[in-house]
Amino acid sequence: MIPKKIIVLSICTIFLTNVFSKAKAAEECFEKVSRPIFKFNMAFDDAIMEPVAKGYNKLPEAIKSGAGNFTSNISTLLTIPNNILQGNIKDLGHSVGSFFINSTLGVLGIFNPAEKIGLKANKEDVGQTLGAYGIGAGCYFVLPILGPTTLRDAVGLYADSFVDPFAHITIREKELFNISGNEIDYFSVKGTTAIDFRSDNISNFDNLEKNSIDLYSSIKSIYLQDRENKIKNSNINAEDEWGNLDK
Amino acid sequence: MKKLFVFFISFFLILSSKALAYSSDPKEFITELVGEVIENLSDKSIPSEDKAKFIEKIALENVDIKALSLYTLGEIRKSSSKSDLTKFQSSFEKYFLKSLTSRLTDYSSSRFEVIEAEQKSSNYTIVSSIIKPDDGSPDIKIDWRIYTKNPEKPLIRDLIVEGLSLARTQKEEFASILSSNNNDLNFLINKLEEFLKN
Repeated sequence: MIPKKIIVLSICTIFLTNVFSKAKAAEECFEKVSRPIFKFNMAFDDAIMEPVAKGYNKLPEAIKSGAGNFTSNISTLLTIPNNILQGNIKDLGHSVGSFFINSTLGVLGIFNPAEKIGLKANKEDVGQTLGAYGIGAGCYFVLPILGPTTLRDAVGLYADSFVDPFAHITIREKELFNISGNEIDYFSVKGTTAIDFRSDNISNFDNLEKNSIDLYSSIKSIYLQDRENKIKNSNINAEDEWGNLDK
Repeated sequence: MKKLFVFFISFFLILSSKALAYSSDPKEFITELVGEVIENLSDKSIPSEDKAKFIEKIALENVDIKALSLYTLGEIRKSSSKSDLTKFQSSFEKYFLKSLTSRLTDYSSSRFEVIEAEQKSSNYTIVSSIIKPDDGSPDIKIDWRIYTKNPEKPLIRDLIVEGLSLARTQKEEFASILSSNNNDLNFLINKLEEFLKN
Protein backbone atom coordinates (compact mmCIF):
# COMPACT_ATOMS: atom_id res chain seq x y z
CA MET A 1 0.00 0.00 0.00
CA ILE A 2 1.60 3.29 -1.13
CA PRO A 3 1.17 6.04 1.48
CA LYS A 4 -1.29 8.77 0.46
CA LYS A 5 1.30 11.50 1.08
CA ILE A 6 3.72 9.94 -1.40
CA ILE A 7 0.99 9.84 -4.05
CA VAL A 8 0.12 13.51 -3.43
CA LEU A 9 3.80 14.46 -3.56
CA SER A 10 4.29 12.56 -6.82
CA ILE A 11 1.25 14.24 -8.40
CA CYS A 12 2.57 17.63 -7.30
CA THR A 13 5.97 16.77 -8.81
CA ILE A 14 4.44 15.82 -12.18
CA PHE A 15 2.29 18.98 -12.11
CA LEU A 16 5.32 21.14 -11.29
CA THR A 17 7.37 19.50 -14.04
CA ASN A 18 4.76 20.42 -16.64
CA VAL A 19 4.02 23.90 -15.40
CA PHE A 20 7.41 25.23 -14.41
CA SER A 21 10.00 23.37 -16.45
CA LYS A 22 10.21 26.30 -18.87
CA ALA A 23 9.69 29.09 -16.35
CA LYS A 24 12.48 31.60 -16.06
CA ALA A 25 13.87 31.93 -12.55
CA ALA A 26 14.59 35.62 -12.97
CA GLU A 27 10.90 36.43 -13.29
CA GLU A 28 9.29 37.84 -10.20
CA CYS A 29 6.00 36.51 -8.85
CA PHE A 30 4.99 39.70 -7.09
CA GLU A 31 7.92 42.09 -6.73
CA LYS A 32 5.70 44.81 -5.24
CA VAL A 33 5.01 42.54 -2.28
CA SER A 34 8.45 40.93 -2.13
CA ARG A 35 10.32 44.24 -1.81
CA PRO A 36 8.43 45.36 1.35
CA ILE A 37 8.88 41.85 2.80
CA PHE A 38 12.59 42.12 2.00
CA LYS A 39 12.71 45.46 3.87
CA PHE A 40 10.99 43.83 6.82
CA ASN A 41 13.51 40.97 6.75
CA MET A 42 16.39 43.46 6.69
CA ALA A 43 14.91 45.26 9.71
CA PHE A 44 14.50 41.89 11.45
CA ASP A 45 18.11 41.10 10.62
CA ASP A 46 19.32 44.47 11.97
CA ALA A 47 17.28 44.15 15.16
CA ILE A 48 17.69 40.47 15.96
CA MET A 49 19.79 38.26 13.69
CA GLU A 50 22.88 40.43 13.34
CA PRO A 51 23.25 41.26 17.07
CA VAL A 52 22.66 37.61 17.99
CA ALA A 53 25.18 36.47 15.34
CA LYS A 54 27.75 38.97 16.64
CA GLY A 55 27.21 37.67 20.17
CA TYR A 56 27.49 34.10 18.89
CA ASN A 57 30.83 34.96 17.29
CA LYS A 58 32.19 35.94 20.70
CA LEU A 59 31.65 32.39 22.00
CA PRO A 60 34.71 30.15 22.27
CA GLU A 61 35.63 28.56 18.93
CA ALA A 62 35.00 25.05 20.34
CA ILE A 63 31.37 25.88 21.18
CA LYS A 64 30.77 27.48 17.78
CA SER A 65 32.25 24.63 15.83
CA GLY A 66 30.44 22.09 18.04
CA ALA A 67 27.10 23.82 17.40
CA GLY A 68 27.85 24.08 13.67
CA ASN A 69 28.80 20.40 13.45
CA PHE A 70 25.76 19.32 15.46
CA THR A 71 23.22 21.16 13.28
CA SER A 72 25.06 20.14 10.13
CA ASN A 73 24.93 16.47 11.20
CA ILE A 74 21.17 16.71 11.79
CA SER A 75 20.68 18.27 8.36
CA THR A 76 22.32 15.14 6.88
CA LEU A 77 19.08 13.34 7.78
CA LEU A 78 17.34 15.40 5.10
CA THR A 79 20.23 14.91 2.69
CA ILE A 80 20.07 11.07 2.83
CA PRO A 81 16.52 10.62 1.40
CA ASN A 82 17.28 13.26 -1.22
CA ASN A 83 20.45 11.41 -2.27
CA ILE A 84 18.22 8.36 -2.73
CA LEU A 85 15.56 10.32 -4.66
CA GLN A 86 18.29 11.69 -6.93
CA GLY A 87 19.84 8.26 -7.37
CA ASN A 88 23.19 9.68 -6.32
CA ILE A 89 24.86 6.59 -4.84
CA LYS A 90 28.29 8.12 -4.27
CA ASP A 91 26.88 11.07 -2.32
CA LEU A 92 24.57 8.70 -0.46
CA GLY A 93 27.62 6.74 0.74
CA HIS A 94 29.23 9.97 1.95
CA SER A 95 26.06 11.13 3.72
CA VAL A 96 25.29 7.82 5.44
CA GLY A 97 28.94 7.27 6.41
CA SER A 98 29.30 10.83 7.66
CA PHE A 99 26.08 10.66 9.70
CA PHE A 100 26.91 7.37 11.40
CA ILE A 101 30.54 8.22 12.17
CA ASN A 102 29.74 11.71 13.45
CA SER A 103 26.72 10.53 15.49
CA THR A 104 28.79 7.86 17.23
CA LEU A 105 32.53 8.68 17.26
CA GLY A 106 31.70 12.37 16.90
CA VAL A 107 29.54 12.35 20.07
CA LEU A 108 26.09 13.05 18.59
CA GLY A 109 27.61 15.12 15.83
CA ILE A 110 29.43 17.65 18.00
CA PHE A 111 32.70 16.63 16.36
CA ASN A 112 33.30 15.89 12.70
CA PRO A 113 35.71 12.92 12.48
CA ALA A 114 34.06 11.87 9.18
CA GLU A 115 35.58 14.84 7.37
CA LYS A 116 39.04 13.78 8.50
CA ILE A 117 38.66 10.46 6.69
CA GLY A 118 37.34 12.15 3.56
CA LEU A 119 33.58 11.77 4.07
CA LYS A 120 31.58 14.91 3.37
CA ALA A 121 27.80 15.21 3.15
CA ASN A 122 26.81 17.85 0.60
CA LYS A 123 23.51 19.28 1.76
CA GLU A 124 20.51 18.32 -0.34
CA ASP A 125 16.83 19.19 0.00
CA VAL A 126 13.62 18.51 -1.90
CA GLY A 127 13.94 21.79 -3.86
CA GLN A 128 17.31 20.55 -5.17
CA THR A 129 15.85 17.14 -5.94
CA LEU A 130 13.03 18.72 -7.94
CA GLY A 131 15.66 20.81 -9.74
CA ALA A 132 17.67 17.66 -10.47
CA TYR A 133 14.48 16.18 -12.01
CA GLY A 134 14.49 19.08 -14.46
CA ILE A 135 11.84 21.20 -12.81
CA GLY A 136 12.48 24.88 -13.40
CA ALA A 137 12.82 27.30 -10.50
CA GLY A 138 9.61 29.12 -11.32
CA CYS A 139 9.23 32.71 -10.27
CA TYR A 140 11.13 34.36 -7.47
CA PHE A 141 9.71 35.86 -4.30
CA VAL A 142 10.66 36.63 -0.71
CA LEU A 143 9.15 34.98 2.35
CA PRO A 144 8.93 36.76 5.72
CA ILE A 145 11.86 35.75 7.96
CA LEU A 146 12.78 32.78 5.72
CA GLY A 147 14.03 35.05 2.94
CA PRO A 148 14.46 34.50 -0.81
CA THR A 149 12.90 31.54 -2.56
CA THR A 150 11.32 30.39 -5.79
CA LEU A 151 8.07 28.57 -6.44
CA ARG A 152 9.93 25.26 -6.76
CA ASP A 153 11.99 25.83 -3.61
CA ALA A 154 8.94 26.91 -1.60
CA VAL A 155 7.16 23.67 -2.56
CA GLY A 156 10.40 21.85 -1.71
CA LEU A 157 10.61 23.57 1.66
CA TYR A 158 7.13 22.31 2.55
CA ALA A 159 7.91 18.83 1.23
CA ASP A 160 11.12 18.77 3.31
CA SER A 161 9.01 18.41 6.43
CA PHE A 162 7.60 15.11 5.06
CA VAL A 163 10.93 13.74 3.84
CA ASP A 164 13.14 14.83 6.75
CA PRO A 165 13.25 12.18 9.53
CA PHE A 166 14.20 14.90 12.03
CA ALA A 167 11.03 16.85 11.17
CA HIS A 168 9.11 13.58 11.45
CA ILE A 169 10.16 13.01 15.07
CA THR A 170 9.97 16.65 16.13
CA ILE A 171 7.25 18.72 14.47
CA ARG A 172 5.14 15.63 13.79
CA GLU A 173 6.04 14.18 17.19
CA LYS A 174 6.35 10.63 15.80
CA GLU A 175 8.75 8.01 17.15
CA LEU A 176 11.64 6.61 15.15
CA PHE A 177 13.96 4.00 16.70
CA ASN A 178 12.55 5.00 20.08
CA ILE A 179 13.63 8.62 19.53
CA SER A 180 11.15 11.47 19.58
CA GLY A 181 11.13 15.19 20.19
CA ASN A 182 8.92 18.22 19.79
CA GLU A 183 8.55 21.46 17.81
CA ILE A 184 10.93 23.30 20.14
CA ASP A 185 13.73 20.88 19.22
CA TYR A 186 13.06 21.43 15.52
CA PHE A 187 12.97 25.21 15.66
CA SER A 188 15.97 25.36 18.04
CA VAL A 189 18.08 23.44 15.53
CA LYS A 190 16.82 25.52 12.57
CA GLY A 191 17.38 28.74 14.53
CA THR A 192 20.93 27.72 15.48
CA THR A 193 21.65 26.80 11.84
CA ALA A 194 20.49 30.27 10.75
CA ILE A 195 22.58 32.04 13.42
CA ASP A 196 25.63 29.92 12.59
CA PHE A 197 25.29 30.84 8.90
CA ARG A 198 24.72 34.54 9.70
CA SER A 199 27.74 34.65 12.03
CA ASP A 200 29.98 33.14 9.33
CA ASN A 201 28.89 35.86 6.90
CA ILE A 202 28.88 39.06 8.94
CA SER A 203 31.54 40.84 6.89
CA ASN A 204 30.19 39.44 3.60
CA PHE A 205 26.72 40.83 4.36
CA ASP A 206 28.15 44.17 5.48
CA ASN A 207 30.20 44.46 2.30
CA LEU A 208 27.26 43.56 0.12
CA GLU A 209 25.01 46.06 1.89
CA LYS A 210 27.64 48.79 1.62
CA ASN A 211 28.44 48.24 -2.04
CA SER A 212 25.07 47.42 -3.59
CA ILE A 213 23.03 49.92 -5.48
CA ASP A 214 20.02 47.61 -5.28
CA LEU A 215 20.55 45.13 -2.46
CA TYR A 216 17.28 43.30 -3.22
CA SER A 217 18.54 42.39 -6.71
CA SER A 218 22.02 41.44 -5.50
CA ILE A 219 20.60 39.02 -2.97
CA LYS A 220 18.21 37.63 -5.57
CA SER A 221 21.12 37.00 -7.95
CA ILE A 222 23.24 35.37 -5.25
CA TYR A 223 20.34 33.15 -4.12
CA LEU A 224 19.56 31.98 -7.67
CA GLN A 225 23.23 31.31 -8.51
CA ASP A 226 23.70 29.38 -5.28
CA ARG A 227 20.64 27.20 -5.90
CA GLU A 228 21.74 26.59 -9.50
CA ASN A 229 25.18 25.44 -8.28
CA LYS A 230 23.69 23.22 -5.59
CA ILE A 231 21.38 21.52 -8.08
CA LYS A 232 24.26 20.94 -10.51
CA ASN A 233 26.55 19.99 -7.60
CA SER A 234 29.12 22.17 -9.26
CA ASN A 235 30.63 25.61 -8.89
CA ILE A 236 31.32 26.06 -12.55
CA ASN A 237 29.19 28.74 -14.10
CA ALA A 238 27.87 28.56 -17.63
CA GLU A 239 29.85 30.57 -20.15
CA ASP A 240 26.84 32.90 -20.21
CA GLU A 241 27.43 36.02 -22.25
CA TRP A 242 31.21 36.14 -21.87
CA GLY A 243 31.66 34.08 -24.99
CA ASN A 244 30.05 36.63 -27.31
CA LEU A 245 31.23 39.78 -25.59
CA ASP A 246 34.11 40.23 -28.01
CA LYS A 247 32.17 39.45 -31.20
CA MET B 1 76.21 64.11 -13.17
CA LYS B 2 73.77 63.65 -16.04
CA LYS B 3 74.86 60.01 -16.39
CA LEU B 4 74.25 59.45 -12.73
CA PHE B 5 70.78 60.98 -13.04
CA VAL B 6 69.94 58.77 -16.06
CA PHE B 7 71.25 55.75 -14.19
CA PHE B 8 69.03 56.44 -11.15
CA ILE B 9 65.97 57.06 -13.32
CA SER B 10 66.59 53.84 -15.28
CA PHE B 11 67.17 51.92 -12.08
CA PHE B 12 63.89 53.22 -10.64
CA LEU B 13 61.98 52.40 -13.85
CA ILE B 14 63.38 48.87 -13.96
CA LEU B 15 62.40 48.32 -10.34
CA SER B 16 58.88 49.66 -10.84
CA SER B 17 58.28 47.69 -14.01
CA LYS B 18 59.58 44.56 -12.31
CA ALA B 19 57.20 45.09 -9.44
CA LEU B 20 54.19 45.45 -11.71
CA ALA B 21 54.93 43.03 -14.55
CA TYR B 22 53.41 39.65 -13.90
CA SER B 23 53.84 36.39 -15.73
CA SER B 24 51.80 35.87 -18.90
CA ASP B 25 50.90 32.34 -17.79
CA PRO B 26 47.41 32.66 -16.18
CA LYS B 27 48.26 30.45 -13.21
CA GLU B 28 51.53 32.25 -12.49
CA PHE B 29 49.86 35.61 -13.16
CA ILE B 30 47.30 35.05 -10.39
CA THR B 31 49.87 33.56 -8.00
CA GLU B 32 52.18 36.57 -8.37
CA LEU B 33 49.46 39.21 -8.39
CA VAL B 34 47.53 37.93 -5.37
CA GLY B 35 50.79 37.26 -3.54
CA GLU B 36 51.78 40.88 -3.96
CA VAL B 37 48.34 42.15 -2.94
CA ILE B 38 48.32 40.00 0.21
CA GLU B 39 51.82 41.16 1.10
CA ASN B 40 50.80 44.81 0.74
CA LEU B 41 47.50 44.48 2.61
CA SER B 42 49.09 42.52 5.45
CA ASP B 43 51.77 45.18 6.00
CA LYS B 44 50.55 47.16 8.99
CA SER B 45 53.13 49.90 8.40
CA ILE B 46 51.42 50.95 5.14
CA PRO B 47 48.68 53.57 5.68
CA SER B 48 45.13 52.71 4.47
CA GLU B 49 45.18 55.50 1.84
CA ASP B 50 48.36 54.06 0.29
CA LYS B 51 46.83 50.58 0.31
CA ALA B 52 43.74 51.93 -1.48
CA LYS B 53 45.95 53.62 -4.11
CA PHE B 54 47.90 50.41 -4.58
CA ILE B 55 44.70 48.37 -5.06
CA GLU B 56 43.39 50.90 -7.59
CA LYS B 57 46.64 50.78 -9.55
CA ILE B 58 46.72 46.99 -9.58
CA ALA B 59 43.06 46.83 -10.63
CA LEU B 60 43.44 49.38 -13.42
CA GLU B 61 46.37 47.44 -14.85
CA ASN B 62 45.15 43.88 -14.42
CA VAL B 63 41.34 43.87 -14.48
CA ASP B 64 39.52 44.29 -17.78
CA ILE B 65 37.20 46.94 -16.31
CA LYS B 66 36.02 48.12 -19.73
CA ALA B 67 34.85 44.64 -20.77
CA LEU B 68 33.38 44.05 -17.33
CA SER B 69 31.32 47.23 -17.62
CA LEU B 70 29.95 46.10 -21.00
CA TYR B 71 29.18 42.64 -19.63
CA THR B 72 27.24 44.05 -16.69
CA LEU B 73 25.04 46.03 -19.08
CA GLY B 74 23.82 42.89 -20.84
CA GLU B 75 21.91 43.25 -24.09
CA ILE B 76 21.26 46.96 -23.55
CA ARG B 77 24.85 47.72 -24.52
CA LYS B 78 23.93 46.89 -28.13
CA SER B 79 21.17 49.50 -28.31
CA SER B 80 22.87 52.26 -26.32
CA SER B 81 24.52 55.27 -27.94
CA LYS B 82 28.30 55.54 -27.92
CA SER B 83 28.23 58.67 -25.77
CA ASP B 84 25.99 56.99 -23.16
CA LEU B 85 28.26 53.95 -23.13
CA THR B 86 31.34 56.14 -22.63
CA LYS B 87 29.62 57.96 -19.76
CA PHE B 88 28.57 54.65 -18.23
CA GLN B 89 32.05 53.16 -18.53
CA SER B 90 33.59 56.14 -16.81
CA SER B 91 31.09 55.97 -13.90
CA PHE B 92 31.40 52.19 -13.72
CA GLU B 93 35.18 52.35 -13.43
CA LYS B 94 34.97 54.74 -10.46
CA TYR B 95 32.21 52.64 -8.89
CA PHE B 96 34.21 49.44 -9.37
CA LEU B 97 37.36 50.89 -7.83
CA LYS B 98 35.48 52.36 -4.89
CA SER B 99 33.67 49.14 -4.06
CA LEU B 100 36.84 47.09 -4.58
CA THR B 101 38.92 49.18 -2.19
CA SER B 102 36.06 49.22 0.31
CA ARG B 103 35.80 45.41 0.19
CA LEU B 104 39.52 45.00 0.80
CA THR B 105 39.78 47.49 3.67
CA ASP B 106 38.78 44.86 6.23
CA TYR B 107 41.27 42.36 4.88
CA SER B 108 42.50 39.91 7.48
CA SER B 109 45.53 37.74 7.08
CA SER B 110 45.08 34.69 4.86
CA ARG B 111 47.08 32.13 2.98
CA PHE B 112 46.50 31.85 -0.75
CA GLU B 113 46.96 28.79 -2.89
CA VAL B 114 46.46 28.39 -6.63
CA ILE B 115 45.11 24.91 -7.34
CA GLU B 116 44.85 24.58 -11.11
CA ALA B 117 44.18 26.36 -14.36
CA GLU B 118 41.73 25.15 -16.99
CA GLN B 119 41.73 26.63 -20.46
CA LYS B 120 38.08 27.04 -21.48
CA SER B 121 38.76 28.52 -24.93
CA SER B 122 41.47 30.45 -26.71
CA ASN B 123 40.17 33.57 -24.94
CA TYR B 124 39.46 32.26 -21.46
CA THR B 125 41.24 30.33 -18.74
CA ILE B 126 39.73 29.65 -15.33
CA VAL B 127 42.29 29.66 -12.52
CA SER B 128 41.07 27.91 -9.37
CA SER B 129 42.40 28.99 -6.01
CA ILE B 130 41.73 28.70 -2.30
CA ILE B 131 42.01 31.29 0.42
CA LYS B 132 42.72 29.86 3.85
CA PRO B 133 41.91 32.50 6.48
CA ASP B 134 44.33 32.53 9.40
CA ASP B 135 41.46 33.02 11.87
CA GLY B 136 40.26 29.44 11.33
CA SER B 137 37.21 30.40 9.21
CA PRO B 138 36.32 27.93 6.46
CA ASP B 139 38.42 27.98 3.28
CA ILE B 140 37.09 30.17 0.46
CA LYS B 141 37.17 28.82 -3.07
CA ILE B 142 37.83 31.49 -5.68
CA ASP B 143 37.89 30.97 -9.44
CA TRP B 144 39.38 33.68 -11.63
CA ARG B 145 38.14 34.17 -15.17
CA ILE B 146 41.22 35.24 -17.10
CA TYR B 147 40.93 36.80 -20.54
CA THR B 148 43.84 35.59 -22.64
CA LYS B 149 43.12 37.03 -26.09
CA ASN B 150 46.45 38.81 -25.82
CA PRO B 151 48.63 35.95 -24.49
CA GLU B 152 51.28 38.43 -23.37
CA LYS B 153 48.90 40.39 -21.17
CA PRO B 154 46.27 38.30 -19.33
CA LEU B 155 43.45 40.26 -17.73
CA ILE B 156 40.97 39.38 -14.98
CA ARG B 157 37.37 39.57 -16.09
CA ASP B 158 35.50 37.92 -13.23
CA LEU B 159 35.87 36.45 -9.76
CA ILE B 160 33.72 33.47 -8.87
CA VAL B 161 33.62 33.22 -5.09
CA GLU B 162 32.23 29.86 -3.88
CA GLY B 163 30.44 29.52 -7.20
CA LEU B 164 28.97 33.02 -7.12
CA SER B 165 30.07 35.17 -10.01
CA LEU B 166 30.64 38.78 -8.99
CA ALA B 167 30.18 39.94 -12.59
CA ARG B 168 26.89 38.08 -12.96
CA THR B 169 25.62 39.45 -9.63
CA GLN B 170 26.50 42.97 -10.78
CA LYS B 171 24.87 42.38 -14.16
CA GLU B 172 21.63 41.17 -12.57
CA GLU B 173 21.61 44.07 -10.15
CA PHE B 174 21.95 46.53 -13.04
CA ALA B 175 19.34 44.64 -15.09
CA SER B 176 16.83 45.04 -12.27
CA ILE B 177 17.48 48.77 -11.99
CA LEU B 178 17.23 49.21 -15.75
CA SER B 179 14.05 47.16 -16.17
CA SER B 180 12.31 49.17 -13.43
CA ASN B 181 13.26 52.38 -15.21
CA ASN B 182 12.39 51.82 -18.89
CA ASN B 183 15.92 50.59 -19.65
CA ASP B 184 17.15 54.16 -19.24
CA LEU B 185 20.94 53.94 -19.09
CA ASN B 186 21.19 57.50 -17.78
CA PHE B 187 19.14 56.50 -14.75
CA LEU B 188 21.71 53.80 -13.96
CA ILE B 189 24.58 56.26 -14.51
CA ASN B 190 22.93 58.67 -12.04
CA LYS B 191 22.57 55.82 -9.53
CA LEU B 192 26.29 55.07 -9.85
CA GLU B 193 27.14 58.75 -9.43
CA GLU B 194 24.94 58.91 -6.31
CA PHE B 195 26.82 55.92 -4.90
CA LEU B 196 30.15 57.65 -5.57
CA LYS B 197 29.05 60.76 -3.68
CA ASN B 198 28.20 58.80 -0.52
